[in-house]
Amino acid sequence: MLEIIGLKVNHGWVRALQDISLSVHKGEMVAVIGSNGAGKSTLLGALAGLYKPAGGRILLNGRPVTGKPAEYMVRQGVSLVPERREIFNSLSVLDNLLLGAYHHYRALRDAVREDVKRVLDLFPALRGRERDSAGTLSGGLQQMLAIGRALMARPSLLLLDEPSSGLAPLVVREIMAALAGLKQTGMTIILVEQNTAAALKVTDRALVIERGRIVLSGCSADLLNNPRVQQAYLGRVRAVRPAAAL
Amino acid sequence: MDLSGQLFQLLCSGLTLGGIYALIALALVTTFNITGVLNMAQGEFLALGALLAASLCAAGASLPLAFVIAVAALALLGGLLERSAIHPARHAPGLIQIIITISLSISLRGLALLIWGTEPVALPAFSGGGPLLVLGAAVNPQSLWILGLVALAVVGLHGFFELTYTGKVFRACEINRTGARLVGINPAALSCLAFAGSGALGAAAGIFITPVTLATYDMGFLLGVKGCVAAIIGGLNSAGGAVLGGLLLGILEAFGAGLVSSGLKDALSLLVLMGVLLWRPEGLIGAVAGRKV
Repeated sequence: MLEIIGLKVNHGWVRALQDISLSVHKGEMVAVIGSNGAGKSTLLGALAGLYKPAGGRILLNGRPVTGKPAEYMVRQGVSLVPERREIFNSLSVLDNLLLGAYHHYRALRDAVREDVKRVLDLFPALRGRERDSAGTLSGGLQQMLAIGRALMARPSLLLLDEPSSGLAPLVVREIMAALAGLKQTGMTIILVEQNTAAALKVTDRALVIERGRIVLSGCSADLLNNPRVQQAYLGRVRAVRPAAAL
Repeated sequence: MDLSGQLFQLLCSGLTLGGIYALIALALVTTFNITGVLNMAQGEFLALGALLAASLCAAGASLPLAFVIAVAALALLGGLLERSAIHPARHAPGLIQIIITISLSISLRGLALLIWGTEPVALPAFSGGGPLLVLGAAVNPQSLWILGLVALAVVGLHGFFELTYTGKVFRACEINRTGARLVGINPAALSCLAFAGSGALGAAAGIFITPVTLATYDMGFLLGVKGCVAAIIGGLNSAGGAVLGGLLLGILEAFGAGLVSSGLKDALSLLVLMGVLLWRPEGLIGAVAGRKV
């Protein structure tokens, strides 16, 4: 479904991603792990059309989409839930969800209402808060809203950037359970996560990025038991430098 | 006329003047919040709309027809200027974008001078009859038309942004541009529409005030500056603040001119601007923007 070939992304003079090549199949859930500044968020940003690649190619269902803007990528079925959530704080929860369906709202108005119900079923904690301003929600509810808004676009590829960041363990568990439920529906998901253990438990496959390069990839269950991953990201042994460990 | 009658007369004049500033400030604030660009050519939209409508009326068109054509033409011009001058510089710093709009203002004023010359032109009053006597003050019926347009613009814009899906799309873009792009909204397309809307509102304001003030090629400059002052007094991120700032500025100018000296009128608005910037830089009802440190 998604093919990335030799992707390079620069932030000014700094090369953030270097020769990233990756294939993601339909219905797969892939975790991207790595330390801070490794390039994980940049990878999702480039896939969502927020950053223009400096080189390489991105193919979505066989069609080139390299360097296309975010608004085009949403229409192609790629939705990003960014780490900062980027919800519309002074609009209501319901408005945020309805705006998530922007590109098909007028054509499928009734279906959009059904989609809102589905999102509220997925995140029952949002039910009853539809009229509240999004900015008044707790961090956990805002994260659920950000995921729900992305789902309203009916994506075929969902990109999640650190959905557990700064949230209570109970909320993280709820969000991870929702993601596992989405995977069951056949949605393709790429999950960037600092919470390595949680990410490896819910995903099929994982890759480790360090300094803009993929340094390790494989089945999530295998990586969960990989001593080097355990040393670098799961804190099982005294801390060592991630790159040195891999 | 006794003192209370004189004061009420000044209040009526101030509200009329303030209504004009409020309309310009409203267009400025709405465009600024959606596009992030402070359009210093807003006053020229007002002048061009008024001049075009006056020419159409002189050529035999009825006032309503001239109004519709001038408003549509200025909406088109606003959109075209955004595409040709603002859009190419959309990634430039805000200061560069403001300088672009100042150069647009100078160019449009020059164009108006070439087409219409320096002679003032007039439009007929919207309703006949003499001034209305209210509480001892003589109120020009055209002033009521101007205040009516302010009320219509406020209610219309509020209804559009609060009650319609398209309005919420605009607000989403205003609240969080990255978030808007991530749901598929193209901010560049909205920026063009915002400039078209401000062109239309500017033209409407120009046509409404011309029966009172007459229209000249350079009428937009000072009105644009006053509108900008009103917007800053009210708070650049608040439409309600823009209207309040415009009305307050108009009333203050009228009372300053009537009770102290007419020479103080323009200086007063700049003094108020300095006072607001020193005492409350976010404006009277504007919100303080957060900044990550």
